[in-house]
Amino acid sequence: MTIFIPTPLRTFAGGQDAVEVNATTISEALAKLTETHPELRRHLFTAEGKLRAFVNVYFNDEDVRYLPAKEATAVTAADTLSIIPSIAGGWTN
Amino acid sequence: MSILRLPRAVYEAIRGHGEETFPHECCGALIGRFAEGSWTVIAAIRAGNTRTDSAHNRYRIAPAELVKIEREARRQGLDVAGFYHSHPDHPAQWSSTDFAEAHWLGCCYMITEVAAGKAAVTHSFLLVGGSEEDKRFEQQIIQVAEESGEL
Repeated sequence: MTIFIPTPLRTFAGGQDAVEVNATTISEALAKLTETHPELRRHLFTAEGKLRAFVNVYFNDEDVRYLPAKEATAVTAADTLSIIPSIAGGWTN
Repeated sequence: MSILRLPRAVYEAIRGHGEETFPHECCGALIGRFAEGSWTVIAAIRAGNTRTDSAHNRYRIAPAELVKIEREARRQGLDVAGFYHSHPDHPAQWSSTDFAEAHWLGCCYMITEVAAGKAAVTHSFLLVGGSEEDKRFEQQIIQVAEESGEL
């Protein structure tokens, strides 16, 4: 499957905007991504191995957090994962 | 200081968006190219502010909308260069909320003060640093090109 890497994380993925991995589940795909590009791990996961709160992962057009099987969801070579850090703010301190 | 270049039409569209949504904050994505240490923005794509509970002082872009924006940027051979939003009746300076919620290292965060419904000052800040733990904002020089051919 193809994992799309957002602009800020490309420097930790060899400058690539997309990485191909062979995997059967979303969690396996993310594990293979960080095995190939270890520097990505601390940007995506907490020390406990959970996705950081501001990191969104989309399986095709679906938020992985809301999939019934979440990261255990089965994937095929034609599927895509998009990593999207959150975007928010506002003038209130 | 790093430089952010963009065409006049895009710059005015960003500022006009803030006037349209006043007294609420507007938000959107900047699409462009990075070369020789600087971002050149080619287009701004409007996004909905999902913080309808507090839209006068907060903004949030739905990640699903960003997935589509990234896809469109990639189709055009461009990258997400950063984001813009407005501060209704507040200065064009990043707030502690803006900083805490900024996670796109190496990208631009453009802020327009909209005073009494009219776009006033616009500033841009580059989120620099190698990680979430050592990130910081650095103000950029905004260069507005009158013709897109000047970029």
